[in-house]
Amino acid sequence: MIKVPTMAEMMAEGKQPEVLFWVGCAGSFDDRAKKITKALVKLLDKAGVEFAVLGTEESCTGDPAKRAGNEFLFQMQAVTNIEVLNAYEIKKIVTACPHCFNTLKNEYPSLGGNYEVMHHTQFLKSLLEEGRLAIEGGKFKGKKITYHDPCYLGRANGVYEAPRDLIRKLDVELVEMRKCKKAGLCCGAGGAQMFKEPEKGDKDVNIERTEQALETQPDIIAAGCPFCNTMLTDGVKGKEKEAEVGVMDVAELIANAEDL
Amino acid sequence: MAVIPNIIFAVILFAGIFFFVRNVRKLIRNIRMGKATDRSDNKPERFRNMARIALGQQKMVVRPVAGILHIIVYLGFIIINIEVLEIIIDGLFGTHRIFEFLGGFYGFLIGSFEVLALLVLVSVIVFWIRRNMIRLQRFWKPEMKGWPKHDGNFILYFEMVLMILFLVMNATDVPFQQMQSGNVVSGIIAPLFEGLPQSVLYTIERSAWWLHITGILIFLNYLYYSKHLHILLAFPNTYFASLKPKGEMDNLESVTNEVKLMMDPNADPFAAPAEGDTAAPEKFGASDVADLSWVQLLGAYTCTECGRCTSECPANQTGKKLSPRKIMMDTRDRLEEVGKNIDNNGTFVADNKSLLDDYITREELWACTSCNACVEACPVSINPLSIILDMRRYLVMEQSAAPAELNNMMTNIENNGAPWPYNQMDRLNWKNE
Repeated sequence: MIKVPTMAEMMAEGKQPEVLFWVGCAGSFDDRAKKITKALVKLLDKAGVEFAVLGTEESCTGDPAKRAGNEFLFQMQAVTNIEVLNAYEIKKIVTACPHCFNTLKNEYPSLGGNYEVMHHTQFLKSLLEEGRLAIEGGKFKGKKITYHDPCYLGRANGVYEAPRDLIRKLDVELVEMRKCKKAGLCCGAGGAQMFKEPEKGDKDVNIERTEQALETQPDIIAAGCPFCNTMLTDGVKGKEKEAEVGVMDVAELIANAEDL
Repeated sequence: MAVIPNIIFAVILFAGIFFFVRNVRKLIRNIRMGKATDRSDNKPERFRNMARIALGQQKMVVRPVAGILHIIVYLGFIIINIEVLEIIIDGLFGTHRIFEFLGGFYGFLIGSFEVLALLVLVSVIVFWIRRNMIRLQRFWKPEMKGWPKHDGNFILYFEMVLMILFLVMNATDVPFQQMQSGNVVSGIIAPLFEGLPQSVLYTIERSAWWLHITGILIFLNYLYYSKHLHILLAFPNTYFASLKPKGEMDNLESVTNEVKLMMDPNADPFAAPAEGDTAAPEKFGASDVADLSWVQLLGAYTCTECGRCTSECPANQTGKKLSPRKIMMDTRDRLEEVGKNIDNNGTFVADNKSLLDDYITREELWACTSCNACVEACPVSINPLSIILDMRRYLVMEQSAAPAELNNMMTNIENNGAPWPYNQMDRLNWKNE
């Protein structure tokens, strides 16, 4: 079992971690997303990164509230979180959720929260470049993988290459969907849609996106967002393809490649 | 009596310019109804964006066929308009082809105009075919019924007629044809008029000349009533567009003030408002056009209804009612309605209507995934998403009218710091599972 220290514990020991791992609500509570959290923790540990989490002091960034229109609730969450983060003198944050990433990076500064915020794919890539983490194909070698751009990582923040660079390192065949990068289609979860039934239409967005992914005939659909992961997993199940096609986070791919 | 045509010309020209200026002022007045937002920062970057996106048409070519055809029409429009300068001088002073003294260079200029005119004509015909025969989906969405559909076609007819008039004018200009310089396209049409008496040719040439310039002035004044305003507003709109990452949504300052007050242990919640502070508390979010920022209103006038946003929208692609283009069209139409109200009454008289519900339905607003595909797709940097968000803010903060499931989600965040009903104290349980 890998040790996951909290900031409170770190502080008690008089230590400051290299990076704060912002787990996020999905990463903390959602059974599927918890696996992503654990995969990332294993990778951080393997690379010798001294990290900590906020644990019970962490709270929703406020992203779904803000996108639903509840600016009050968002700012209450933001101000509370910023108080905690600033009290611990946090400088650098890594998170596996593009929604947390976007909010912490872009919407916290004007409320007094200034941190270097990285998506886990960016952070893992920097570990790779610094030679702290080695990625080998392992069991995914030769597999066909398509990568789904999370809106809040891709279009929202222009991060397209870090996750792709990591996937390529696995000696796999990376195939692109016809709608990718800037033109990538949403999974259907953003803007607080995750928490409500969709409006009346003739199809669900996640089914449309899953169909685009399946067109590439992949072995695995890779994602970099716990919500996209859920939507696409549901989509694959809806298409009754769950036996042939897996949906995995980039961190899981790397961790599983080596059976971490 | 020889000066009568010159006087008529001057009257038409100044009337055209007068009405255009009047409409532009109305346009500016309407845009200024929007709330203040500061876009005076980062001028070099803003100029670069304008040069790249509006002048350089960078985002048009994301769709190559429409993009290249559009560039031809755009270049044609700008370059052929150099000819308008000559027409105006000729018209005012009774000269004929005043720039002819430029000799070979004049031939080169007119020759390029003619080639461009032909290319524009062909492109515009292809545009018409795409709209009306191939019936590209994005031109046949529900919001494109009626006036928007006719407007799109009128513009194409206008351009076709103007280009044909220009070429006919040159083809029937006998001295110009005799020069054999610059008549690259009109020289091919000229034989069609062969055998006609000089006087008839002259009449055709004069009619084409007059119709061409009056056509241009009418077109100029048609802009305000049409989606075609983008030929002007694309420039300011790309200049003033947000420079922030697309995912960043503004933090409402009015809310920040309230939140700070709530968090301040020394604040007295029952304190009387400061002396002279009689302003009504600011409305949160937007239910009508005056609640939006002037940049959002400028965007509404800039929209040329190309529908690239709507065709990229995940909600629209899956049959939901939301269409980002409709959001912009509705905003513009409501703004026009408010503008006319002011024209008629001197000041805005309540009409019991609003952008919300009378134009944009709640169902549309709640269908948005905030994915930014519409913002990315817009070739002139319009942001429909920001309007959707501002209207959601009104629904949630002023009316408490969020869908029930979202209210549950927000209650969960308030009570236990997560959108689901889990205890915050269990947040680290995953570690031991």
